[in-house]
Amino acid sequence: MFETSTLNARNQQVQRLVRILFLMMTLFLIVPVLIILGTLVVKGSSVISIDFLFTSPTEGMTAGGIFPALLGTVFLVAVDLVIAIPIGISAAIYLSEYAGNNWLTRVINLAIINLAGVPSIVHALFGLGAFVLFFGFGTSILAASLTLAIMTLPLVIVASKESMQAVPQAFREASWNMGATRWQTIRRVVLPNAIPGILTGLILEISRTAGETAPIMFTGAVFFTPFLPQGIFDQTMAMPLHLFVVATQVPGVPEDLPYGVALMLIALVLFMNALSIAFRAWLRGKKKW
Amino acid sequence: MNTASQAVSKQPTGLAIRTGDLNLWYGTFQALFDINLDIKQGIITSMIGPSGCGKSTFLRSVNRINERLGYVRIDGSIDVFGHNIYDAGVELVQVRKQIGMVFQRPNPLPISIRDNVLFGYNLHSENRHASKADKEGIVEDALKQVLLWDKVKDRLDQRGTELSLEEQQKLCIARLLPVKPGLLLMDEPCSALDPKGTEAVEELIWELRGKYTILIVTHNMAQARRASEECIFMLMGKVVEHTATEDMFVTPQNKETADYIEGRYG
Ligand SMILES: Nc1ncnc2c1ncn2[C@@H]1O[C@H](COP(=O)(O)OP(=O)(O)OP(=O)(O)O)[C@@H](O)[C@H]1O
Ligand SMILES: [Mg+2]
Repeated sequence: MFETSTLNARNQQVQRLVRILFLMMTLFLIVPVLIILGTLVVKGSSVISIDFLFTSPTEGMTAGGIFPALLGTVFLVAVDLVIAIPIGISAAIYLSEYAGNNWLTRVINLAIINLAGVPSIVHALFGLGAFVLFFGFGTSILAASLTLAIMTLPLVIVASKESMQAVPQAFREASWNMGATRWQTIRRVVLPNAIPGILTGLILEISRTAGETAPIMFTGAVFFTPFLPQGIFDQTMAMPLHLFVVATQVPGVPEDLPYGVALMLIALVLFMNALSIAFRAWLRGKKKW
Repeated sequence: MNTASQAVSKQPTGLAIRTGDLNLWYGTFQALFDINLDIKQGIITSMIGPSGCGKSTFLRSVNRINERLGYVRIDGSIDVFGHNIYDAGVELVQVRKQIGMVFQRPNPLPISIRDNVLFGYNLHSENRHASKADKEGIVEDALKQVLLWDKVKDRLDQRGTELSLEEQQKLCIARLLPVKPGLLLMDEPCSALDPKGTEAVEELIWELRGKYTILIVTHNMAQARRASEECIFMLMGKVVEHTATEDMFVTPQNKETADYIEGRYG
């Protein structure tokens, strides 16, 4: 009664085929990532040393280290976060907790989605026009970070809004019923429960910000400067742009150098992500929520 | 701004809730029709009626939680302890402090048992400077009132959401008490519980009688009969009958009431 019929055998074969197909697609996705990482490590790791990290480029950028670019990117990301976090989270709170279901909300949501789809070169030109020229910030960290912030705000807003909306309505009702105001409910119930999701959004934001070249190219980042940035109105070098320069713009660069720069860029992004993940774990560990 | 609670002691109207020609619409759908109810202070009143007759809707208008839905329209008056809660001058937070609500599904917050009990208490600024010992006392007192203290006293730091459903529901009642509400609204508080849990929560409700005015919605006839002094029967958004529970179950005045009590409706 339980022996395999031909139909069943066929079904099982289809099962197996489908499974293999999906597995191959997944591998297809992973292979390039592995190749990229592998190449970078193999070719780039010989370049990396403490000196490489903490000195400036020398001899027309064909030798020396990457310190100004590294510092510049950290600077750009930090200023970007200072701008994007308060604005993004406030906007998400408004959209999730206050906004009614009306045309204004729909227009705002549509705008956010479209903003996320705008190519980064367009953001770059916008930043050049608005921050560098109109507001007169010049090519500076401030102008570049503002441009990056505008570009990445949709990520922050959408991720934060979605994690707030995932907080069960029953929690809010419980809080209101004990006489909490809307704001008390947001601060004591919604935000603590949404923090992991919000941080995930920030991780995406950081990766994107650290790696973008176009938006900072016209607004604050330069090919080379012998000075380290002293404040937000200074120009700065930055990792992605530096990579572009040593890989394509300067003759006579040793073959391994660009790989080393790329490896460090990835390491930097991973490091910043690790920081936010550690922060998230620490928040959980506080055990309040 | 504690006018509502002062009013309780100053002018003993004897009424916890009085509604005048209350009508309510969800969009164009009318859910409540000309509700005129006088619910007495200090006793347990139960509310029964078939599914969809508007019991939850009524409860949710009494603590003004329905208005969060943009499309709800209300007409008529609801007085709680002699104050029309829809008056322009009335502060929503004060209304909610006077009225505690218990939901069908227990909804403790995902924080410790202690913090659950203190959540409402900590919200109100006059309590901000309470000492740690005061707060411990409040937690103990509230948990004792809901007969939960002995079970959880050694694990107050455990999350409220990790308790059994029965204990969660008791915790949800306990956390209302430190805010000192006059009125407790319970919307089928036992329907998510097993028979043993139901019995325990019922016992607790009976225990709270006299200290609080309680309005409890239930689908369980036996429960209404056992646990309440007055009973309201609703049908299709209207109040059909409101009398002493004993009278309703022994000599119902309306045919619909009799039919429902004898189980001839869903
Ligand atoms: N948020 C809402 N939007 C629109 N209609 C609603 C809403 N809530 C309830 N209703 C409708 O109002 C009527 C009364 O619903 P209500 O939940 O008050 O009934 P109930 O007596 O509590 O029923 P049950 O015993 O099933 O809990 C129902 O017809 C229901 O469909
Ligand atoms: Mg209901």
